[in-house]
Amino acid sequence: MDELSRILIQALGQLIAPATAAYALAAIGLNLHFGYTGLLNIGQAGFMLMGAYGFAIATIEGAPFWLAFLIAAAAGALLAFVLGIPTLKLRGDYLAIVTISAAEIIRFAGRSTLWAEYTGGASGLAGTAYKGTFQDLSPLPDGRTAIGPLEYIHNGSDSWWTRIFAWGVVLIAVLLVWLITRSPWGRVLKGIREDEDAVRALGKNVFSYKMQALVLGGIAGSLAGMLFVLPISVAPDNMGRTLTFFVWTVMLLGGAATLFGPVLGSMLFFFVYMLLRTGMRAGLSDVMPAQNVEHLAGLMVGVALMCIVIFRPQGILGNKKELAFDVR
Amino acid sequence: MSVEKTKNENEPVEPTTPDEAEPIGAVAAAEAAAVSDDERSDAARKVTETLSHVEAKVGVAKPDMILTATGVQRRFGGMTAVDVDHLEVQRGAITALIGPNGAGKTTFFNLLTGFDKPNQGKWEFEGRPITHTSAAKLARTGMVRTFQLTKALSRLTVLQNMLLAAPGNPGENLFGSLFRPLWSGVEKRNTVKAMEILERFNLAAKKDDFAGSLSGGQRKLLEMARALMTNPTMIMLDEPMAGVNPALVQSLLHHVQALRDEGMTVLFVEHDMHAVRHISDWVVVMAEGRIVAEGPPDSVMQDQAVVDAYLGAHHDTDLGDDALLDPAVLARLEAEEEKR
Ligand SMILES: Nc1ncnc2c1ncn2[C@@H]1O[C@H](COP(=O)(O)OP(=O)(O)OP(=O)(O)O)[C@@H](O)[C@H]1O
Ligand SMILES: [Mg+2]
Repeated sequence: MDELSRILIQALGQLIAPATAAYALAAIGLNLHFGYTGLLNIGQAGFMLMGAYGFAIATIEGAPFWLAFLIAAAAGALLAFVLGIPTLKLRGDYLAIVTISAAEIIRFAGRSTLWAEYTGGASGLAGTAYKGTFQDLSPLPDGRTAIGPLEYIHNGSDSWWTRIFAWGVVLIAVLLVWLITRSPWGRVLKGIREDEDAVRALGKNVFSYKMQALVLGGIAGSLAGMLFVLPISVAPDNMGRTLTFFVWTVMLLGGAATLFGPVLGSMLFFFVYMLLRTGMRAGLSDVMPAQNVEHLAGLMVGVALMCIVIFRPQGILGNKKELAFDVR
Repeated sequence: MSVEKTKNENEPVEPTTPDEAEPIGAVAAAEAAAVSDDERSDAARKVTETLSHVEAKVGVAKPDMILTATGVQRRFGGMTAVDVDHLEVQRGAITALIGPNGAGKTTFFNLLTGFDKPNQGKWEFEGRPITHTSAAKLARTGMVRTFQLTKALSRLTVLQNMLLAAPGNPGENLFGSLFRPLWSGVEKRNTVKAMEILERFNLAAKKDDFAGSLSGGQRKLLEMARALMTNPTMIMLDEPMAGVNPALVQSLLHHVQALRDEGMTVLFVEHDMHAVRHISDWVVVMAEGRIVAEGPPDSVMQDQAVVDAYLGAHHDTDLGDDALLDPAVLARLEAEEEKR
């Protein structure tokens, strides 16, 4: 019984974990790309890495928190802009190829010894090197608080402050996405997703709209990368293809082109993922080593993603009706 | 080659309209539209009068041209899809562009509207060179088009499709979009206008349905209605009647005439000869990429080059002849053709 409640509490903790917020924000960005505009970005981890490095390196070089925050955002915007210029005039598949390769290039550049002075090479940057300015910002007194079964320290890495800040950023992002997607601007994006030639024929500058969506989603991605490394450290190999693939799962699970889909998707995903891992670790401890449990859980995520796409392509919050005539 | 068979190529046919029934219905519709010939609008009479002084000759100059194209060539590999020496389109008139399948009509449309790049040639709209103007910019300057393969924006509602087309909405700017008061008034006005147009096109009841749930013919109507939302001075329609049921064809013909009467210039591609004959003020015929004839509808239909282009042989048939709608007659003509 004790075991069970421990597992449940651990899973519950995932609902509000900083990493869950980071994934939610990355999925919000991806949702702007794919859900609203139809842009195939399979390199969201690359945007996240840009933000993580941007924030960490700027802070280490002495930038105050909000300047480093802006630099993280600018890093994502810059990457989006550079990738968008050559690809947004081409067919959608090209953006997919370019984003996935860019994400890998950034990861390899990060772990190479060439710029190790700044990036720390393959071992990355230790959290203590850049967390200072963020934790100094906390208005909370030192101490610890329990809300229900969840108990964390006020300040520090795995703290209430980290959670409040991360979810605060997510909340603001949701609000902004709500404002821009309910507007005529959002309608143009959806039109482009449906058929960009039709929108062009109606006099809209399709390239410019696609670029705006790519940059905004890229900024969300890079800020997500910053949130992702705030409680831990910058490790390029933690932010590779698997990360992108999880962000996609989160977004599709919640429902593409829905406002709360990315948030709900992220919470549900990590709740179940943690339940699975700790559950299996406890239940299967006699049968298989903990290492294999991780792999098995990863495998199950893949199967889950396939099942979503096949059986509920609109996700949890999506509208089934919208997909009924996709094939015509 | 059959004139009728070409009609619904690549188009989702209304399931409620059996194939054989359609041409006959279409004739009736066209005829019904023609009844109004005696009571034709002033605009129509004026255009006819103006164009009656124009010689029916390929490349002829028009008194008041809105669009001119010169030396336009488009090649796909070794094949020349479009090779137009000179064409002028009269302002405020309905000009039909006809020709057999593969004549290059759609390709020519694509070139004029900035959706394709020519190998050579130049064209002007309202006296301004537009050869290198982007499709979007062209639409903003007043030349809007529809597509042969209908482009409804499936996962937007019918009304959203319409509102999307309205020009100059401050809410379509990223920063403007954040502040609803900046654009809610414009949205309201656009909605009123959109509903008026939808009413005309029998789509008002469908305003909240997803465009993807419309039938093929309804999508054609929506695309045309949507094009009108851009306040065009010239509208280019690629087979607007294909797949639309006869009763609607009739009202569509009226709509097109009404547009002309409001001062709009219409250039349309159509395979339905009766529709062409009854509403167009001027007909341009393309075959194998070239313009082979142009002139007022009645004389062009009897032009030998035109009949040849369509039927491939020296028949003394008039393309507007109802006999051509009879499958038996067509079969006989085709058989004769094969014997040659
Ligand atoms: N993208 C392309 N690549 C190669 N050939 C093309 C392309 N587009 C058109 N063509 C060729 O150009 C010719 C003209 O095609 P187009 O679509 O303009 O004909 P059309 O007059 O519109 O015919 P229809 O009445 O059937 O619509 C055809 O022979 C076609 O095969
Ligand atoms: Mg065509």
